[in-house]
Amino acid sequence: MTTESGTFTPAPGRAPMRAILRQQVRMELLLTARRGEAVVLAMGVPLLVLLGAGLTEATNVPGDDRLGFVVPGVLALTVMSTAFTGQAITTGYERSYGVLKRLGASPLTRPGLLFSKTAAIGCLVALQVLALALVGVVVGWRPELSQILPAVGVTALATAAYCGLALLLASLLRPETTTAAATLIYVLMLAAGGIMFAAPDLGPAGSFLLPLAAHADALRHALTEGSSVPVSSWLSLTLWAAVALTGAARKFRWE
Amino acid sequence: MRETAVEVQDVVVKYGDVVAVDGVSLTVPRGAILALLGNNGAGKTSLLQVCEGFRGPDAGTVRVLGLDPVADHDDLMPRLGIMLQSGGVYPWATAGDILRLFASFAANPLDTDMLLDRLGLRKFAKTTFRRLSGGEQQRLSLAIALVGRPELVFLDEPTAGMDVGARQTTWELVESLRADGVSVLLTTHLLDEAESLADHVVIMDNGVVAATGTPAELTAAAGIDLLLVRADPALPVAGLAARLDAKVTEDKPGEYAIAGSLDTESIAMVLGWFATAGAQVTAVNTRRRTLEDVYLALTAGAAR
Repeated sequence: MTTESGTFTPAPGRAPMRAILRQQVRMELLLTARRGEAVVLAMGVPLLVLLGAGLTEATNVPGDDRLGFVVPGVLALTVMSTAFTGQAITTGYERSYGVLKRLGASPLTRPGLLFSKTAAIGCLVALQVLALALVGVVVGWRPELSQILPAVGVTALATAAYCGLALLLASLLRPETTTAAATLIYVLMLAAGGIMFAAPDLGPAGSFLLPLAAHADALRHALTEGSSVPVSSWLSLTLWAAVALTGAARKFRWE
Repeated sequence: MRETAVEVQDVVVKYGDVVAVDGVSLTVPRGAILALLGNNGAGKTSLLQVCEGFRGPDAGTVRVLGLDPVADHDDLMPRLGIMLQSGGVYPWATAGDILRLFASFAANPLDTDMLLDRLGLRKFAKTTFRRLSGGEQQRLSLAIALVGRPELVFLDEPTAGMDVGARQTTWELVESLRADGVSVLLTTHLLDEAESLADHVVIMDNGVVAATGTPAELTAAAGIDLLLVRADPALPVAGLAARLDAKVTEDKPGEYAIAGSLDTESIAMVLGWFATAGAQVTAVNTRRRTLEDVYLALTAGAAR
């Protein structure tokens, strides 16, 4: 054999945790970028909606400011597509491929894996929201920046809620069923979530039933009108995040 | 504690009402290779999962490198190399990407190119995992298990799905692990794998330990099971059979077969009987049991 003796002499040890997490986040982002359908779902569909509903009269939107209605909705939509739909599909398959089990039993550890996934989703959400907001600005959207912090806050809450729901779904269903369910929910929300046109009027219950509508509404208040985020939006998203994360923590399965 | 890599005591593993492992005890000394040998469903993988900390035992205790695999999971993992029976890798990651990822988790990783070369995977470095054949995926999983320079490796059916050449490469690699002082616990249903690699063999059947020992001990314990004696024809062998717990037949004129579990004393007695009978003995042959005979006898009746 070409290998000298002593090659495998044990020298175990964990690399610095920061380096491990950085490498894992890098891998998560790399794999997302390689999956074409994930990129289309996360960027292509929201972009199409932004340009289609924002620049043409294809749909009826409340008020005169088409872009002011559509762009915040599209930002909310892209958060959902990445943190919920994409995340649920990926996690379901990674579980069935034994990836979660294997990485959990490495120096990365299970908490490290969950942290990396969250960080990767955070990076993706930030990148996509920035890119789409930029397109919005290019085609004429003029956001108010005075309420940018509350807008970031509700977006973080929405991301947490979607992540929890995604992990819950992926733990309860088989990967194929998870994919079907997550895509169906995405399409339903796209239609009924108040993105391209006004959400169905469900009264005060509306923002509690449709987290997407609550998030979109909050972003419209903050970014288009420059007014404070409605309490109902805060409440709705906090409630969704709490319930989803609790459920995920209880039901999450590694294999 | 320093001398022991794995210490399993009276471990029980249940899935609902099904008892997969029923009171197994075993010890892997430091630097040794122990093979868990058994049919599919014998409980080998379940026992391995407990050692790897994927779940706790329903009863009994497990210490791995002196630690509790569940409670001390995060401290233990950097010291172990784990090869699952299948999967465990992102299908869209390339072999090189995934091996470098695991290398980046370790403080003193092996050179990934050397490892790819050693396992014949260099030409697949840019191939995604899902495009590798079953045997190539197995070899990559082995490389992932070794890249962190672990003290102890768990290999679950390491050569399943490999062709003859890859199996040989893997065996040589496992031999080098032992030579370099790495402890190995592997499962296999291949007798030749257990016989040629392992210092210790534990035969599992239906969740319990059916036999344990070195390959030589296991075959020696079974003793000699056939004695062939050539002598004068038509001797009154019925008298010999009556004094032995064995079957004596004259297969051809002058060729006697004594079949049964024979120890040194009974062989001496057989030869003494031929001498007393005044027969001219011209040849004596024995047939020893192989590990396969031992294994088949122990697991007889189990589904094949």
